[in-house]
Amino acid sequence: MAIFDKFKALNDVHEQLKSVGQSPSSLLFDEIISPTEAVLNGRRTILLGTNNYLGLTFDDASIEKGIEALRGQGTGTTGSRIANGSYDGHKELERELAEFYGMKDAILYSTGYMANLGAIGTLAGRDDYLLIDADSHASIHDACKLSDAQVIRFRHNDPVNLAKKLERLADKPGEKLIVIESIYSMLGDTSPLKEMIAVKNKYGASLLIDEAHSLGVMGANGRGLCELAGVEDEIEFVTGTFSKSIGTIGGFLISNVPGLDIVRLASRPYMFTASLPPSVVATARQALSRVPGATELRTKLWDNATQLYAGLKNAGFDLGPQVSPIVAIRMQNPQKAVALWNGLLEAGLYTNLALPPATPSGWFLLRSSISAAHSSQQIALAVELCTRIGRELGLIPCPLTQGASVEMMNVGTRRKEASEDTSIDKDEAMAQA
Amino acid sequence: MADKRSSAGNMLEDPVYLEIVQQLRPHAQATANISPDTIILTDLGMDSLAIMDFVFDLEDALDLTIPEHRISEVKSISDLVDAVYKLQEGA
Ligand SMILES: Cc1ncc(COP(=O)(O)O)c(C=O)c1O
Repeated sequence: MAIFDKFKALNDVHEQLKSVGQSPSSLLFDEIISPTEAVLNGRRTILLGTNNYLGLTFDDASIEKGIEALRGQGTGTTGSRIANGSYDGHKELERELAEFYGMKDAILYSTGYMANLGAIGTLAGRDDYLLIDADSHASIHDACKLSDAQVIRFRHNDPVNLAKKLERLADKPGEKLIVIESIYSMLGDTSPLKEMIAVKNKYGASLLIDEAHSLGVMGANGRGLCELAGVEDEIEFVTGTFSKSIGTIGGFLISNVPGLDIVRLASRPYMFTASLPPSVVATARQALSRVPGATELRTKLWDNATQLYAGLKNAGFDLGPQVSPIVAIRMQNPQKAVALWNGLLEAGLYTNLALPPATPSGWFLLRSSISAAHSSQQIALAVELCTRIGRELGLIPCPLTQGASVEMMNVGTRRKEASEDTSIDKDEAMAQA
Repeated sequence: MADKRSSAGNMLEDPVYLEIVQQLRPHAQATANISPDTIILTDLGMDSLAIMDFVFDLEDALDLTIPEHRISEVKSISDLVDAVYKLQEGA
């Protein structure tokens, strides 16, 4: 039908992906075995792309609390809190979130996506300015569309560029709200938070940070990058999600700014969608209560992240700039990126394939996210599979062809075999380097 | 500011136009033909990311911020020249 004509380019990409293998958007898991394993196309598969940072999706206590709430309060709230009222769990969870962050107030949203829509879209009004990082998550871009404020992008993680833009606004009335993320979801790089705050303070702006990927992951109590950097007092707004380390679904906005409550009545993504069901609230509360004490899980998570990052780096892959629970292999060749992702799936390893324009600088990414529930054997296997298939595809350099281009290495299988034989030396050399 | 602007028909000598072309070159396809009528989104082999990077470079070169809504209004290079002059005039 003509109404779908505008999606032709999108459809072509999708069809092309399907023609060479699986399509990331149509994978169907036969069975979920644990936080780190599933059955996919009849094959037992390691999950290395589910943002399940603390591995709490099968936590017994969370499941029990969820079942209890299901039986006690039913399957859903069937409406928004503005129209249908709140359940005690909503209020309790908001109180617990505020307490956890040591901030005054919290507002629950039904997802992290909606928390960003609701927070950013509402806080910045007609005469205000939104200053957003160029690599912002889609929810932040969409929030900008919902806001009447003027939207200005600054270069990714670049406080100098941000400062220039604020400087040019210096004599303009209107609030300036800077929006950044703690860990950027594609490459796993973190925000230079202290520098960003210095700029914010200099120009009298406010700062909202999306801690989606750092909740439970960073900081001694798992409060995220702001805790780790020791700057929690200097942040006006935090948004986050339960869909990653908390292992369920839901989002939130936290603030120390007095009077946050009024946002509920002005925030359409709060008012016009159903509130979280009681069972989800109960599982989120249980998982959140574990976060401050989950030091061992955090240690294991970072050990796993370091193991994966070092293993892939030593194999010669081009990775994101720092060790993080998100580890991304950067590629320029789309065919090889797709082939790597498919090859790994066939070998029993599930990762994420991320394509431009959802990726920074037009990279084709094999994105993996690590869990505290992964064993070091699983991580070692992941490194081994990536290395083997990466070599087969000529994605990683080998000693015999050092200095030659990746394309050249792909010429002729004999040459590939030869280079594989000696590639261990290269690994060792790189490990020592 | 407006007086800096070249008279109509003389776009090829307009300082803002020339700056835009200079900043576009590294981002556009090598073979791309750049003229005032060039449609930025479709004629230069640039995707949305390349356009964003180009805008950052242009902002630095002109010491000016181009807000999102202004970028989305622009189609051709001469639209962008107009947008820049308007922004310089504080509109
Ligand atoms: C940075 C960031 N913010 C927000 C979200 C949205 O979270 P949710 O899955 O809860 O909608 C995500 C996850 O996709 C994210 O990566």
